[in-house]
Amino acid sequence: MADKLHFSLVSPAKELFSGEVDHVIAPGSDGEFGVLVNHAPFMTTLRNGVVRVLEGDTVKMRIFVRGGFADITSAGLTILAEEARMLDDVKAEDVQAEMEATHLKIQSLDKDDSNRATLQEHYDYLESLKAALVH
Amino acid sequence: MPSLKDLKNRISSVKSTQKITKAMQMVAAAKLKRAQDAATAARPYAERMAAVLANLSASAGAGGPKLLAGTGSDQTHLVVVMTAERGLAGGFNTYTAKLAKQTISALQSEGKTVKVLTVGKKGREQLKRDFADLFIGHVDMSSVKSDDFAEPAIALGKNLTARFEDGEFDVATLIYSQFKNVLSQVPTAQQLIPAAAPADAETIDLGNAIYRYEPSEDAILEALLPRYINTQILSAMLEGSAGFYASQMTAMDNATRNAGEMIDSLELQYNRARQAQITKELIEIISGAEAL
Repeated sequence: MADKLHFSLVSPAKELFSGEVDHVIAPGSDGEFGVLVNHAPFMTTLRNGVVRVLEGDTVKMRIFVRGGFADITSAGLTILAEEARMLDDVKAEDVQAEMEATHLKIQSLDKDDSNRATLQEHYDYLESLKAALVH
Repeated sequence: MPSLKDLKNRISSVKSTQKITKAMQMVAAAKLKRAQDAATAARPYAERMAAVLANLSASAGAGGPKLLAGTGSDQTHLVVVMTAERGLAGGFNTYTAKLAKQTISALQSEGKTVKVLTVGKKGREQLKRDFADLFIGHVDMSSVKSDDFAEPAIALGKNLTARFEDGEFDVATLIYSQFKNVLSQVPTAQQLIPAAAPADAETIDLGNAIYRYEPSEDAILEALLPRYINTQILSAMLEGSAGFYASQMTAMDNATRNAGEMIDSLELQYNRARQAQITKELIEIISGAEAL
């Protein structure tokens, strides 16, 4: 392939990836979508899930994102993630431990505590992260 | 003329002060490195976010959500003043507070209602004298670790948008110290709400292509705007923290050098006094011997 897609993935903490790739599959809030070079301008919100970067037909990189936006212009694809982790760096035991800790915290709070929703959201996020690790 | 013992005491006290300032300088330098890295790392996200917002708001026009279009009035202003929790950093907090005072006074002289929300203790202390009755809130950053600003930034963002939805203010301005480089931190006032994409944000020319939005343009704007505000607060906090350590490092470097000069001059004085005493004793002995 002569032409490549310019792809960058940034989270508030840092720029995780920036470079030329063949193909990116991202979890849009209305369904997964793939982006190749010269994609039409498109913008969508993302749900929690895995962004896959493909080189030819092989998956080169898997990055777990927690919500955010994807912006596709003629200049390439930019993903603004709320939080992003390289899936290869995530350990299943750590996620499990964090899930349990969060679960305990949720149970210790009152039903109408405003922190509860935030914690619940965090728990859901960990759950989807765990699910992504299995595959 | 201070006695020899007094001089000795003073020298040792200045020496211990110098040790402290030297240590503080080194701690600040180490922390500066980290804070600077964090601020630099956060920049791409903020820039991209601004570019996306610029693209979106260009096509959204005037009918967008309130956070973008404003309330249609600009009577009540909220000034958010972001300073450090601690001092001993040269003019860092003073300069930021000064800009805040000027901004508030300018708004008041235009007949606007001004409310003030402070982040960081030092700015609050400096503004208390003139504007204590304008305070509507304070964010305490003393328990926040310097590399974990995400949570307080989001909390402050939520706080501000909630106040905005309640109609507590029409325009919010953020006053913080922008980190240019180690030697220069520039106090900056930036409009936070209604969100304005910076004029220098790169917009991408799409030619004749039409943007497609999923789920919809409004839904994206609604999700994007609060995050954009959070991001701006976060980068202001990161820049402020980098600027604080840079400023502290410079201030402590100066203090260490000052202490060194002081020690030199005190030691000179001490040696002179010591020699004068020896000479005096010799004269006493010689004149005593001569008298015999």
